[in-house]
Amino acid sequence: MSNPTVDVPRTVSAGGAGRFLIWASIVLLCAWVLVPIYLLMVNALSSPAQVSGFPKSGLPGFDFASLQFFAGFAGVAKALWNSILVAVLTMALSIGIGAPAGYALSRFDFPGKEVFRMLVVMTRAFPLPLLALPLAVMFIRTGLDDTALGLALVHTVLAIPFAVLITFSLFSGIPLELEEAAWTLGCNRWQAFQRVVLPLVLPGIAASAVFAFTISWNEVFAAAVLTIENRTLPAFLIQNLNVSPLHLKFAGGAAMVIPALIFIFAVRKYLFAMWGIANR
Amino acid sequence: MAEIVIKNVAKRFGSFTALHSIDLTIADQEFMVLLGASGCGKTTLLRIIAGLETPSQGEVWIGGRRVDHLPPRERGIAMVFQNYAVFPHLTVFENIAFGLRMKKLPQAEVDARVNRTAELMHIEQLLRRYSGQLSGGQRQRVAVARALAMEPDVILMDEPLSNLDALLRLEMRAELKGVLANSKTTTIYVTHDQVEAMSLADRISVMNGGKIVQAASPVEVYRNPAARFVGSFIGNPPMNFLPANRSAAGQWSVAGLDVPGPAAGDALEFAIRPEDLTVAAEGFAATARVVEPLGAHTLVTAEVGGQMFRAVLDSDLKVSPGDELRLSPKADRIRWFNRETGLAAG
Repeated sequence: MSNPTVDVPRTVSAGGAGRFLIWASIVLLCAWVLVPIYLLMVNALSSPAQVSGFPKSGLPGFDFASLQFFAGFAGVAKALWNSILVAVLTMALSIGIGAPAGYALSRFDFPGKEVFRMLVVMTRAFPLPLLALPLAVMFIRTGLDDTALGLALVHTVLAIPFAVLITFSLFSGIPLELEEAAWTLGCNRWQAFQRVVLPLVLPGIAASAVFAFTISWNEVFAAAVLTIENRTLPAFLIQNLNVSPLHLKFAGGAAMVIPALIFIFAVRKYLFAMWGIANR
Repeated sequence: MAEIVIKNVAKRFGSFTALHSIDLTIADQEFMVLLGASGCGKTTLLRIIAGLETPSQGEVWIGGRRVDHLPPRERGIAMVFQNYAVFPHLTVFENIAFGLRMKKLPQAEVDARVNRTAELMHIEQLLRRYSGQLSGGQRQRVAVARALAMEPDVILMDEPLSNLDALLRLEMRAELKGVLANSKTTTIYVTHDQVEAMSLADRISVMNGGKIVQAASPVEVYRNPAARFVGSFIGNPPMNFLPANRSAAGQWSVAGLDVPGPAAGDALEFAIRPEDLTVAAEGFAATARVVEPLGAHTLVTAEVGGQMFRAVLDSDLKVSPGDELRLSPKADRIRWFNRETGLAAG
């Protein structure tokens, strides 16, 4: 995610000590992120004997036995399917709700606009463990417990702040003049949105959707509490890998991390945009 | 046929009044320029005519039809925006065709109109490009072509040249004037650039503080300002003003000089354009402060009666800072303003 070869701030290049500090920090931060991923990959691609053996070579053995065994493990396929189902639902819900909110924030002035922007982020301030029990009780009463939709609702709550903020910055990046020009050229509000705004924001909306997907994909706490039979992959792994051999844990970990990494990498430009950092 | 009539239009944003009860009639095929400093309400007025802004009160009529309750698309207008507003996801061809496609014109008609207007604006070689591959001047041409292709009754332009380089602006100005004169549309053009206004307009509406101060032909606005503001806003350098006190019936004392003037009033201001002053034996006692030879003429900034006074003089004349001059105003070019109201007097 962070890349050591780019973006060294030139203004701080004054002293040798300053340079050293910058590079040390860069290396440290990269190691922080990359070393666990590297170890995970190495071990996932090694044979069970290599994983538990000592000394270690530090290089992958390119043995797919662990991954193969993991893929054939009872329940993995179903958990994977549940994960995808919940993540797709989360994606649809959070864009369906978040994108109109982002559009409204960027285009209209209404009382409480700033408060709303704050509150939307505030939803992330509630610790999920605190909410999990009352939620579980409520879900059982309404029959939403152990369903993909129920879990997707919780994940949507987690993903919406990001959906709103990303789409807000996307819509704000489209000059109102473009919409106005479309209005004067014969469009009503909806047609102007459809013909001018939508084509321009679509890549960003897709990125925002992928991000919501990733949030749901990675979420484990609510998934573990709110599902029993229909576990998602993270909840399934938490439950089963606890008691599994080491090489299986690594294989499971790799199966979780790699899709998330690929997704985040694909949409990184738009995640920066969320914080107003130009990255074009 | 599209005469535009604006009746008693006002716009308030909260407690701020952007427009005070505007009345204005723009004749069919007239080129009207709304001229004023930023914040004078000229863009707001244009946007109300376009339907992008709702007036707080009043009526807008286009071609005998009341339109102030209609959305922009039903007003028979086309607009050119300050930042061009060329759609970045469409080619130049599709940009120009955008409005025609909304009208659901047959493809042959769309092709014909796009090619005709593209030729008119000299962008026929750019039709396959996207806006990102165009220069500012080319984008401006696309925006104008897109408006012209609609063959609207009314074209509204909001400072269309203000983002162009000086040289390009000059070129586009001349071109716009030619193209719009042939298109037989009524044009309303907003600008803060007085040279642009003078060169393009059939009539100029000078705006200040949300009011139209004067609406008249460019020469009329220049020669006979209806208010002190107009004289001080238009012309480079602007008009000179000196306080005048009545010395006898129809005689006014201006900086020690007796000048014949209006019979009525008692607190007036004397006004003269810098180019209407000549060096003579009789005139205002002036001390030259700054001398700027500009080739065709020499701009002298002098002091008269303790006030700054500019004169555009013949460049053959030898003047140096500190010299004492006598500046004589051309009698038929003298204008008088009421010192309280700022309106033309006499």
